[in-house]
Amino acid sequence: MMSLQSYLILAALLFSIGLAGALTRRNAVLVLVGIELMLNAANLNFIAFWRFGPHPEALTGILFALFSIGIAAAEAAVGLSLIIAIQRHYQTTSLDRVDSLKG
Amino acid sequence: MHTGSLLLLVLTLGSAVAAMSLRNLVHCALCAAITFLCLAAYFLALSAEFVGFAQILVYVGAVAILIVIAILVTRDIAERGEPLVFKPWILGVGVAVLVAGSLVSAVTSSALARDPLPPAPTATVEAIGEKLMTHYVVPLEVIGLLLTVALLGAVLLARPQKEGGNRP
Amino acid sequence: MANALDQIFVNLKHWLLAWFPSAWQPLISMVISAAAIIAVFGSLFAVTTLAERKGLGRIQNRPGPNRVGPFGILQPLADAVKMLTKESIMPQVADRFIFFLAPTMMLIPTLLSFAVLPYGRNMAAVDFDAGLLFFFAVGASIEMSVFMAGWSSRNKLALLGAMRAIAQMICYELPLILSSVTVVMVTGSLSLGQIVDSQAGFHGGWLARWHVFTPWGLAGFLLFMTAATAESNRAPFDLPEGESELVAGHLIEYSGFKYALFFMGEYFGMMAVSGLGITLFLGGWRAPVAGLDWVPSYLWFFGKLGVCIAVFIWVRGTLPRLRADQLMNFAWKFMLPLTLINLVAAAVWHYTGVWSFGGAAAVRWLLGAALIGVPYVVLGRALYTGHGHGPRTYRYAT
Repeated sequence: MMSLQSYLILAALLFSIGLAGALTRRNAVLVLVGIELMLNAANLNFIAFWRFGPHPEALTGILFALFSIGIAAAEAAVGLSLIIAIQRHYQTTSLDRVDSLKG
Repeated sequence: MHTGSLLLLVLTLGSAVAAMSLRNLVHCALCAAITFLCLAAYFLALSAEFVGFAQILVYVGAVAILIVIAILVTRDIAERGEPLVFKPWILGVGVAVLVAGSLVSAVTSSALARDPLPPAPTATVEAIGEKLMTHYVVPLEVIGLLLTVALLGAVLLARPQKEGGNRP
Repeated sequence: MANALDQIFVNLKHWLLAWFPSAWQPLISMVISAAAIIAVFGSLFAVTTLAERKGLGRIQNRPGPNRVGPFGILQPLADAVKMLTKESIMPQVADRFIFFLAPTMMLIPTLLSFAVLPYGRNMAAVDFDAGLLFFFAVGASIEMSVFMAGWSSRNKLALLGAMRAIAQMICYELPLILSSVTVVMVTGSLSLGQIVDSQAGFHGGWLARWHVFTPWGLAGFLLFMTAATAESNRAPFDLPEGESELVAGHLIEYSGFKYALFFMGEYFGMMAVSGLGITLFLGGWRAPVAGLDWVPSYLWFFGKLGVCIAVFIWVRGTLPRLRADQLMNFAWKFMLPLTLINLVAAAVWHYTGVWSFGGAAAVRWLLGAALIGVPYVVLGRALYTGHGHGPRTYRYAT
């Protein structure tokens, strides 16, 4: 059982790892994986604050995390189908090739 | 620190880094699934059992499978010789390091995080259900609507187009 | 006396625990429960393999294995020796780590799911508040192992088989979970111990208040068992591993002990989900009639489990395999609407529970049966038109 501080630092590190991956990888699916990692880090934050913060009987942290999990699932589904549609059109999933709107 | 929690910490951060940096996409997806499992373990350690099991059911059982199916359908598994990252990748990593630094400094400089440990709260399923049906009933219905719309949208977007162009 | 026999394993565990210092007791308690579960279900697995081969043999008008030992009783031993000594071949281009890990990833979730089932009075290894959610969560992890097996073999047939298996398992997860949500709605709890407790008492002093003795319970039980057959890739839903289809689907490249682990994982999955069906609908460890509740509770549970396994074997030997598109149609267009209607029927049954005029039970049963039966017939007919009976036409290659 770690302290609140260590959970928050872990969540911050996970968030930045997800951010680094989402900003640097060329493949679109891995950008989505990075986004899911960021959402997970935020959920960890919420649950840590629920556990250690005041008024845990209000269950705010838990419910926020539950809704976040649901929304992340919906967003993963739509994002991945978008990637499939883009791949069908541009024949690639590398994000630096999908640049036909570039000036 | 307890060896178990140290191991879990190393596994979580290690699999997150691996998920973002491996060449083989399916390996990345499997490491992401391991990260989700480790996070579920953390939720269980924080006595949020319902969220932990929901995390396994949704993330490992659905989102991870979606990701591997999308990787297989788009078939870009390991492009030999293609660069893994964009040219100015150092900028992305730099931004992430800055974000990490600011978050960690905010956490360590606050007095809130050093308060003593309160006793473990109990979040029974009954309490969660009651909150969902009284205080949070509108978000519950809206998320149902959102999931339906997402389902329809995903099916429509990924359908094979008959003659090209945008068919609704 | 009956109570002592009923609680004999609980008392044995407490006696064993007393030998250890109290700091170690939680760990030793977990170890004892885990060892007991693995021992019991491991031997049940061995008996089931023999029973399946003999049963299938008799259904197919042949004796089944009868060389090793009298009536083939030592056949599981011979099978074990064969599996252990067979050469474990790994393809050269296979992804070694994932190939090695996939069978263990199949076995670990199924063993975990055994932990929440109540095998007798006070005999669940752990009683989570959200036990049912835990069961389904670890069940969903099995799909990952199927994908890992299919993909790491670097074999197009294996990958195709794995994709079909995952699609089938995802499809049938929904009717499985929805038919158990009906029970949760009526009981008001996700804890498996409380679900068994809600089936206590006897109707009219003799028939148990199992959920299966209500119209929504009967329909729910049948839907649950059908979805469970599909989830464990058993016939008639065994398209992923039918020998005449894709050789062995995602298990093509597996041989020797790894194949035995997959086999074991599949049978454990079948037993775990039958155990859950028994807990949800058949009253868990409770006796069916009031006169028989002196029989120890674990004997009732394992007796019902034996009956469920026998029915699985019977169905395997009787029904032909479903095609992939028939399977999907069946899940999405037939079972899913029926499970949702079952929810409504359960609500109607619950709210008409206050009726107390003469013949109320018959009226409630009729109402429930109509509410479920009419959509059943209508959906069945609707799905069947278009493939109706007619003279068969053959296309020959000319």
